[in-house]
Amino acid sequence: MTIEAPDAFSKGRTPTFEESARESLANAQLRRNIGKATQAIRTRRAQAVEELPDWEELRQAGYDLKTRVMRHLDEYLLQLEESVHKAGGHVHWVRDATEANRIIADIAKNHEAKEVVKVKSIATDEIKLNEFLEEEGIKAVETDLAEFIIQLAGEISSHILVPAIHKNRAEIRELFIKKLGAEDLSDEPSDLTNAARLYLREKFLQAKVGISGANFAVAETGTVCVVESEGNGRMCTTLPPVLVMLMGIEKIIPTWQDFEVFMQLLPRSSTAERMNPYTSFWTGVSEGDGPKEFHLVLMDNGRTEILADDIGRQTLNCIRCSACLNVCPVYERTGGHAYNSVYPGPIGAILTPQLVGIGRPGTDSLPYASSLCGACYDVCPVKINIPEVLIHLRGRVVRHRQDGGGLKGKLDPENVAMRTMARTFSDRRLYEAAQKAARISQWPLARSGAIHRLPGKLAGWTEARDLKPIPEQTFREWWKSRNGS
Amino acid sequence: MQFSFNTSAQPTLKKPPGAGPPLQVWSQYISYHCAVRTALFITCINDTLFPETGRATVELLERLGIGVDFPLEQTCCGQMHFNTGYQREAIPLVRRFVEVFKEYEAIVSPSGSCAGMVREVYPMAAELANDKRLAAEVEEVTPKVFELAEFLVKKLGVTDVGAYYPHWVTYHPTCHSLRMLEVGDAPLKLLRAVRGIDFVELPEAEQCCGFGGTFAVKNADTSIAMLSDKLGHILETEAEVCTAGDNSCLMHIGGGLRRQRVGVRTVHLAQILASTEERRKL
Ligand code: SF4
Repeated sequence: MTIEAPDAFSKGRTPTFEESARESLANAQLRRNIGKATQAIRTRRAQAVEELPDWEELRQAGYDLKTRVMRHLDEYLLQLEESVHKAGGHVHWVRDATEANRIIADIAKNHEAKEVVKVKSIATDEIKLNEFLEEEGIKAVETDLAEFIIQLAGEISSHILVPAIHKNRAEIRELFIKKLGAEDLSDEPSDLTNAARLYLREKFLQAKVGISGANFAVAETGTVCVVESEGNGRMCTTLPPVLVMLMGIEKIIPTWQDFEVFMQLLPRSSTAERMNPYTSFWTGVSEGDGPKEFHLVLMDNGRTEILADDIGRQTLNCIRCSACLNVCPVYERTGGHAYNSVYPGPIGAILTPQLVGIGRPGTDSLPYASSLCGACYDVCPVKINIPEVLIHLRGRVVRHRQDGGGLKGKLDPENVAMRTMARTFSDRRLYEAAQKAARISQWPLARSGAIHRLPGKLAGWTEARDLKPIPEQTFREWWKSRNGS
Repeated sequence: MQFSFNTSAQPTLKKPPGAGPPLQVWSQYISYHCAVRTALFITCINDTLFPETGRATVELLERLGIGVDFPLEQTCCGQMHFNTGYQREAIPLVRRFVEVFKEYEAIVSPSGSCAGMVREVYPMAAELANDKRLAAEVEEVTPKVFELAEFLVKKLGVTDVGAYYPHWVTYHPTCHSLRMLEVGDAPLKLLRAVRGIDFVELPEAEQCCGFGGTFAVKNADTSIAMLSDKLGHILETEAEVCTAGDNSCLMHIGGGLRRQRVGVRTVHLAQILASTEERRKL
């Protein structure tokens, strides 16, 4: 299976958000599917959160805990390694995607696995594990229903929690008929789930190796936690004799006790449930129960760079609940694919450019994919100030272009315009002169009391909006004449 | 420095022009309790494109007994530059703002997003400038900055400003007023007390209109998609006027309404509040 969709984590040019959004916005079915789904989930989330009188305190606790983890990440990681060793597991440290893929493929090969089962894991999508394994002759079977649908369709996920949010029942039914050879299938959710279940059960029982991501890892005990809804995760972690878990180094929590906070924050924020159906904890290996071999792969892949950035660092607090996607007015209309990344929506707009590094046109456009409305910050269970990080990253993008872009960067029309304006605003006389000049120079544009078409880069404004012309008298002119100064 | 009511000060402000009997009581109360030096922070957009909003703000405040000063050295707060990433370029504008306004005890602005810029984003700008003195000055100035509606309701404790506006009106809470400044229902309280008004709630009011500064141009397609839904909700209310506390959002919403020739106008909240039976502001 090959995924042709462009992605920030692949080599080559990624389209900008604007380019991809234009396509998504024109897709009426996608607009409707995502619009309906996000509206429903955000209403339910608000209700689920309302029930807890101490929600704000919980958010603060989540923020404080994660901030502490980031401050002492080095120590917690070593503690985690030691705890996992004690519990009989193996720990692998990997710097980047290549090292992570290599290690995981080698483990599978050592056990002569031709097929592995997977729980939904964005970290494995980030490193394109499935494609790598395929090149090595190993088939990875996604077992999360939505992820399974995406894999069958040869697409990439469009939501971090509900990867197939852009698809409706009818589309899924058609896909199953085509790919699974399912006959006589209705589009009832129970029938669709059953068709997938029949196919996947067999895979679970045959697989020698299970691969999973992790929601949390407890430094104190070496316990790794998977939070899910369908139970496929539990089967992946318990049935195959070998379990490999890949996690970003930021997923640590200090102690078992801290679940008290995160297990209240996560389910309500993500699925609007008081408690999700399946939460599996895994601590090394135990005789006669579950996998006989346990590998924990700790991955950096750009995360220490983020840690080094004072403002960007809070991005690593994310517990991938997806609440920010569901309230985002941009995501609601463009869907996830416009972000060209396994991390879409507001969190993707700040995480992706930091993971791949500033200075690539495609991902540099992501911090601009926001009207800075702040709805994401309001709902984030670990209080990531997403608008602040967006603004900070825009600054980094511009400074990178100005300082590293040579003459081209300096002569960029936006750069020239912005610098000229800044100069004008820093001098009252220039500012007042510019107000007069603008009033005079607008006359070729203003027709019957409005401007219908602007030139150049500003044309986007007048595509659907008229512009009010500059009136005869500025406020300051009125003030001066009134006060006789 | 926190804004505080000066209860010992004697009324120093003259009787405001045009205030009717119910207002006289208010204005005396306010001038007694609030003999503070107040500056109008107009913002460059209002100054240049929406002078009527500035005039309305001045008239409204004066009617309430608040004498305002307009320091002519003010230009632009630097929001567009800072939020688009031209942050080094915005720092001189931050310095300028602090310099121009630091002597005032209250700084009032008819713009939620520009007030938000100063109050919530200036500390980040000072940090970026790596300038301790600027940071200290910013810390002193920012708590004195208020968006107009929050100044009236939260600081002065007025909800009935004696306005008269016989129109069907709906209100869009702009994102920065709502989520950054947390002005809450202050604008609604003011609107509900306006005489003659027919106020209609806007469905999905808290959703962003899609303006977002340079977002409206850089991501014009997405911005327009968001605007379309906002316009749909405005039309649902069957109001003739859509108001808000920010002319930048209203420029975007109003531009869309005008293009569609649907016959709904946008009017800044200050203009509705400044409108009285004697002096109708339309
Ligand atoms: S950024 Fe916050 S709201 Fe968004 S997915 Fe992460 S934890 Fe959830």
